[in-house]
Amino acid sequence: MSYLPSLAPSRTIDVSLGPQHPSTHGVFRMNVTLDGETVVKLQPVFGYLHRNHEKIAEGNSWLAAMPYTDRLDYICPLTNNWAYALAVEKLAGIEVAERAEYIRVITAELTRLQNHAAFLGFVLGDMGAWGTALMYAFREREKILDLFEALTGARMMTNYMRFGGCRCDLPSGWLENTRKLVDGFPAFLDEMEALLTGNEILLARLQGIAPLTPERAINGSLSGPVLRATGVDYDIRKVDNYGIYSRFKFRVPRGSVGDCYDRFMLRVLEARESVDILKQAIAGIPEGPIVNPKAKQRGFRPPAGEAYGRIEGPKGELGFYLISDGSDHPYRFRIRPPSLINLTLLEELCLGTKLADVMVILGSIDIVLGEVDR
Amino acid sequence: MTGVLEAIKAAIPSAGVEFLKNPSPCSQDSLVVAANDARVVAEFLRDSLGFDFCSNVSGVDWPARKVKVTVLEKETVEGVETEVKETIEREVPGYLEVVYHLFSIAKKSGPLVLRVRTGDRDRDVSIPSLTPVWKGADFQEREVFDLYGVRFDGHPDLRRLLMWDEFADHPMRKDYVAPDDFEYEPTPHDEILVKVKAITEAA
Repeated sequence: MSYLPSLAPSRTIDVSLGPQHPSTHGVFRMNVTLDGETVVKLQPVFGYLHRNHEKIAEGNSWLAAMPYTDRLDYICPLTNNWAYALAVEKLAGIEVAERAEYIRVITAELTRLQNHAAFLGFVLGDMGAWGTALMYAFREREKILDLFEALTGARMMTNYMRFGGCRCDLPSGWLENTRKLVDGFPAFLDEMEALLTGNEILLARLQGIAPLTPERAINGSLSGPVLRATGVDYDIRKVDNYGIYSRFKFRVPRGSVGDCYDRFMLRVLEARESVDILKQAIAGIPEGPIVNPKAKQRGFRPPAGEAYGRIEGPKGELGFYLISDGSDHPYRFRIRPPSLINLTLLEELCLGTKLADVMVILGSIDIVLGEVDR
Repeated sequence: MTGVLEAIKAAIPSAGVEFLKNPSPCSQDSLVVAANDARVVAEFLRDSLGFDFCSNVSGVDWPARKVKVTVLEKETVEGVETEVKETIEREVPGYLEVVYHLFSIAKKSGPLVLRVRTGDRDRDVSIPSLTPVWKGADFQEREVFDLYGVRFDGHPDLRRLLMWDEFADHPMRKDYVAPDDFEYEPTPHDEILVKVKAITEAA
């Protein structure tokens, strides 16, 4: 017997979060059903940035798809370039010039550094540390974008890789500047960690939020840092040994419970490993041509067949599935977008959490809408 | 790849699985699975062979096409029978194809390329969904449904993913023709334009 007056049956509220919302990292919308502040249903809505990239690429020549890949995950254009170049090289059996392999590793790991730096800033912004942390992160990111600009002519729309190599050689002094930046980068991570990692609010907002088991993560096709945060040892740089990653010594950091804190800290640890790879690659880069002279770029017609090429992008497994019918444009051009597929378990992660945690969970997955919607 | 094929044949003798050679140097050959057996084969691959990670799901459109085939035909000219090579055109009916790229995280192997084909691409476009086997196929199958029009039986939430719900066509099909203006709606202005056109043509 209760002494309390009988309460009205609990009423749920539907909230449409986004597409114009500062914490959705772009034009992403979630239809959330709330019971009080607790999420009882969440439906992601996609397509606000859809321009059918795949169709555009199928109507253009093989080389003309390269600049379009910049616009997928526009935070990390150079890894997008590499994934596409790698798939075409697999399809047509093209060897890559030795010096270009080193340049690819250097640019890809720089991309990872600036992606993870930006990630730290964004997630802290999602938790309410609005502005300051992002400024610190973007200060580092700007330095790397300056290097990209010196190398490719553009900060973000780089269009740098070519089949069998790269578009242009390193400008004079670039390697020296990169070495300085790489040597100084751990200081930024130390600073970030000293300021934040032990912070009580940060721990309260991240630890134990949305934990994930490795079985669910694998079944949900999660990849990259989100998968490794659950404790799965799977890094495509180690598994596929694509490019020349087998020559470098680096570790694959792993989480243990797969909560937001693991996903957050994993990026910090990965950035430290990237610094190690960068140091080895800068020390080992040889002289030589930057593109395989036998590889054709314009008027390129790979023989009929198909190939799936993938790399470990900063956000996860970025793959390109290409079918050639022997003509000058792809018959089928499919992108495996890690940002979209990592959202598969978003509802599962968010159920039962508070509305304010949804932002943090979404931030900890790390998506870019240019890639989600393509 | 042939090992996988033999293992499937040994475990599920009735399954319709065929080997498809890939002419590309990367030699990623594929297995074509009959639509009816797709779910059973997928479960076997996941549970017994360790392909726990469904990485990539792609739709491919193969419209009806004419293939030239050379056949030997017997011809009788003035009582003498001779064999003559003749080239005839044969119509291959169009179909839609869904390609699954599977990897094994436990064994660190892959990719295993699995292809499931629909019937006629205009009428018979249903194949079983593999989302109950690999949750990761969820959004990707929705995308294939959206852009190619493949219907996945047993998918928990088969809705359009990228295009808006009212959109009628499937834009990634090879015969799709884009409208001049996606957001065209007739307005009163159009009536005026028609009148103006009539006047200018009369003058």
